[in-house]
Amino acid sequence: MPTVSVKRDLLFHALGRTYTDEEFDELCFEFGLELDEITSEKDIISREQGDTKAEGASDVILYKIDVPANRYDLLCLEGLVRGLQVFKMEAPRYRRVSPASSEPQRLVITKETTAVRPHAVAAVLRNITFTQERYDSFIELQEKLHQNVCRKRTLVAIGTHDLDTISGPFTYTAKPPGDIRFKPLNQAKEYTAQELMSLYKTDSHLRHYLHIIEDEAVYPVIYDSNGIVLSMPPIINGDHSKISLNTKNVFIECTATDLTKAKIVLDMMVTMFCEYFCFLLWENILEPTGQYVHSDYPHSICNPQPFFGISESTEHIAQLLTKMCLRSEVMSDGEQIEVEIPPTRSDVIHACDIMEDAAMAYGFNNIPRTTPRTYTIANQLPLNKLSELLRQDLAAAGFTEALTFALCSQEDIADKLLKNISETRACRISNPKTAEFQVARTTLLSGLLKTVAANRKMPLPLRLFEISDVVLKDESKDVGARNNRRLCAVYYNKSPGFEVIHGLMDRVMQLLEIKPGQGNGYHIQAADDSTFFPGRCAEIFACGKSIGRLGVLHPDVINRFELTMPCSALDIDIEHFL
Amino acid sequence: MSPAQETLLRRVEKVDGGLDSQDVATSLGVDHQAIVGAVKSLLALGDVISAEQRSSKHWELTGEGCEIAEQGSHEARVVSSIPEEGMPQSQLMKLAFGKVGFSKAMSNKWIRLDKGHEGGPRIFKTVEHLEDLVRDKLLLVQKGQASQLEEKEKNELKKRKLLSEVTVKSYWITKGSCFSTTITKQETELTPEMIASGSWKEKKFKPYNFEALGVAPDCGHLHPLMKVRTQFRQIFLEMGFTEMPTNNFIESSFWNFDSLFQPQQHPARDQHDTFFLSDPAQAHEFPQDYLERVRKVHSEGGFGSQGYKYDWKIEEAQKNILRTHTTAVSARMLYKLAQQEKFTPVKYFSIDRVFRNETLDATHLAEFHQIEGVVADYGLTLGDLMGILHQFFNKLGEGSTSQGWGQFHSFNSLPGNVIQFKFEVGL
Repeated sequence: MPTVSVKRDLLFHALGRTYTDEEFDELCFEFGLELDEITSEKDIISREQGDTKAEGASDVILYKIDVPANRYDLLCLEGLVRGLQVFKMEAPRYRRVSPASSEPQRLVITKETTAVRPHAVAAVLRNITFTQERYDSFIELQEKLHQNVCRKRTLVAIGTHDLDTISGPFTYTAKPPGDIRFKPLNQAKEYTAQELMSLYKTDSHLRHYLHIIEDEAVYPVIYDSNGIVLSMPPIINGDHSKISLNTKNVFIECTATDLTKAKIVLDMMVTMFCEYFCFLLWENILEPTGQYVHSDYPHSICNPQPFFGISESTEHIAQLLTKMCLRSEVMSDGEQIEVEIPPTRSDVIHACDIMEDAAMAYGFNNIPRTTPRTYTIANQLPLNKLSELLRQDLAAAGFTEALTFALCSQEDIADKLLKNISETRACRISNPKTAEFQVARTTLLSGLLKTVAANRKMPLPLRLFEISDVVLKDESKDVGARNNRRLCAVYYNKSPGFEVIHGLMDRVMQLLEIKPGQGNGYHIQAADDSTFFPGRCAEIFACGKSIGRLGVLHPDVINRFELTMPCSALDIDIEHFL
Repeated sequence: MSPAQETLLRRVEKVDGGLDSQDVATSLGVDHQAIVGAVKSLLALGDVISAEQRSSKHWELTGEGCEIAEQGSHEARVVSSIPEEGMPQSQLMKLAFGKVGFSKAMSNKWIRLDKGHEGGPRIFKTVEHLEDLVRDKLLLVQKGQASQLEEKEKNELKKRKLLSEVTVKSYWITKGSCFSTTITKQETELTPEMIASGSWKEKKFKPYNFEALGVAPDCGHLHPLMKVRTQFRQIFLEMGFTEMPTNNFIESSFWNFDSLFQPQQHPARDQHDTFFLSDPAQAHEFPQDYLERVRKVHSEGGFGSQGYKYDWKIEEAQKNILRTHTTAVSARMLYKLAQQEKFTPVKYFSIDRVFRNETLDATHLAEFHQIEGVVADYGLTLGDLMGILHQFFNKLGEGSTSQGWGQFHSFNSLPGNVIQFKFEVGL
């Protein structure tokens, strides 16, 4: 969940009242948010860098609020306020207005851009007054959107410009890097695009975005009618058109590889800040394929009653939805509701999203709790039932259960057990964060031995077991791998205790009601296995099938797991006993 | 009973008040420690005697002090060793007590030094008799009459390391509440012989120490997390939920993400959050018509949804991963349910491992367990979901009234008004 940091006092000012921390926490909860932390800049610095560095930092109280990942309209102070005023205010309506005096602005997209970053949308906001706070908020919203829905500028990149410093019509095109030359934001001189690539390689913020266009033959670039470069998305804007506190009219452009997302982002930028403007003017955009006009509100029709389980009048539900910024009206049949979905709510794509909002407005805790009418008979999964029964009895036999990781390093299941990795049929992970997660385990033994190694100081003997899944490659399954439920036990003491492990195995067989003997019973016979001490390893057969091994572990294995005492182990496949 | 104990008891019997253990030791002529031993073993028998620890300070001669007490102080010996005609200084210095004695004798003015004498500096006696005060004082202490000396004198001798103050611990012994000169040994335990012969009736038994802990039984243990799992499993079964087969850690992106309507560019499908497999890298079998429906809903919409409007790629869906939630299994189960001829209402649950490629810290692991429940029926409502959750927590005994809010997802592979809910609790 993304976290938004807002100044508490600004927030309360915008909301029109103050809350105690508890009251605000509850309000957040009802709305589906979480007040994660109450802190201040000073606290943050103090915690990260120590008290001395925190001297002089701001004491202003900050609220850190967690918002759902798909609610882009809650990523800034303005959006939060609007959402929270749910219970008081009317849902705002956003209007597209044509400019009073002149033609609408145009953004022409040329076909060169299809090679690198095909889509673009744009809008104009007029008659703005920026204060320092609004300016900061404006910039921060762009950052938040970049990080979230824009997927770090790869899907969409936002550029904002002072309209009065430039003149349309604007052109969005793509050119070879050597042909692009301009003075970028906050720099003193002009650079070519290539020079900029090397310049920003060391910039801690921008270098992460260079790769998006670095190796392309052409780079995207936006010009105005006088050839001034507005920006080179997704990297940097031009210095000429930068926004300041004096800016009155803003030109917003979003270039993208995903048109749907570009529209969502543009909607967000525009709707969040329109409350500061006297008039909202939202103008046409052009694509090479033809004229495109931003769509009016999509409507949705739904019948909410069955969903809730409450008996509320349809009117009331319509009112609730309107409170959530989803203007609704009861239709003529009295049963259905027509809902208007504003541009701020791009997360609403199905009737169920509307119902979710209605439920939230009603208050989840107000919905009476009922139980489903149909009764069902429960069934246990036989494999789990078997595992549970065995677990209890193994603990009763004096062994302690361990819970180990299913992911491990390659050495753990191969080299350390004196086996070859190719024998193991292990599934390999392509993006492990550390070497500890290279493969999925093919045996429980490694985990148990690591557990013993971590508990060397405990009094001997150590008796551990685990009944859990290992993962094996299997081409007959649709995904190419399957789990295998196994039982593994180790005995670690001054003497290896083969008879103890053997006794445990006998006990397990007794519990499974398999008698010793050939044929339908179980028996063991000597076997060779590199993991075990020669002459001290046996294979277990039950009902004619090999189900596992037991024996004294090879000293090399003991050394490689950093152990010092002799150890015996048992490892069987219990899926045979279903 | 040892002779020391017996004698001690008799002594205590005779005396009205009490005895000091040191005195007893001295009068018996035995080592104090032996008496201490006797005292302690008598104490262990119960309230036969009571002993109060005392410590007293005591002046004693050091080794050097003893030597002086015997042979005289260094300075006195210096004087006595000088003949009538005197002695060369160098010769005097060769004597053991020479150096120390010389300076002291000089300060006492018992000798004089003639530096200009021919043949080297020479020492002459100045007095015939002397009072070896130091030796006298030490002898007093040796005799046990240290109290006759003043503190100042004692400290001075202490500084010269001739005397040392010794702390002596002793016991003040008095009669206990069960005093008797005979001791009966107490038994510790009942034995089979005592039971057989009945001799236990005559014996006295040592009291038990009820403050101590008993012997811990040598038993095996179940893992605490697994115990919780068992508990949750039990609750589900009691509520009529059937267990889903979740024994497949490796899942295809199709079942884990796409069938659950999670768009292909969603951050959760990132390298940073999900473990992808390099071997086996791809799943190769899918129910084809279902796959087509999923593709359509993602890219164009359907079943009342607008969809995400992007190009849905099968290569993404084929990628194998370690499942990030057991909802993948729920999806499979619901698909199977949809294939049935006639719909039957179901309640499913599972508690099993899931994997997320997170940075490890104190509260986050890459593997953890997830509890999942699914209810499918006609006419289910939000109230039913809340009701089930409420019952679940009641059975858990947490006592808390769970407050609800959630992220609801709708899975639209079933026809009609059937609505499914999912609730997700991480463990």
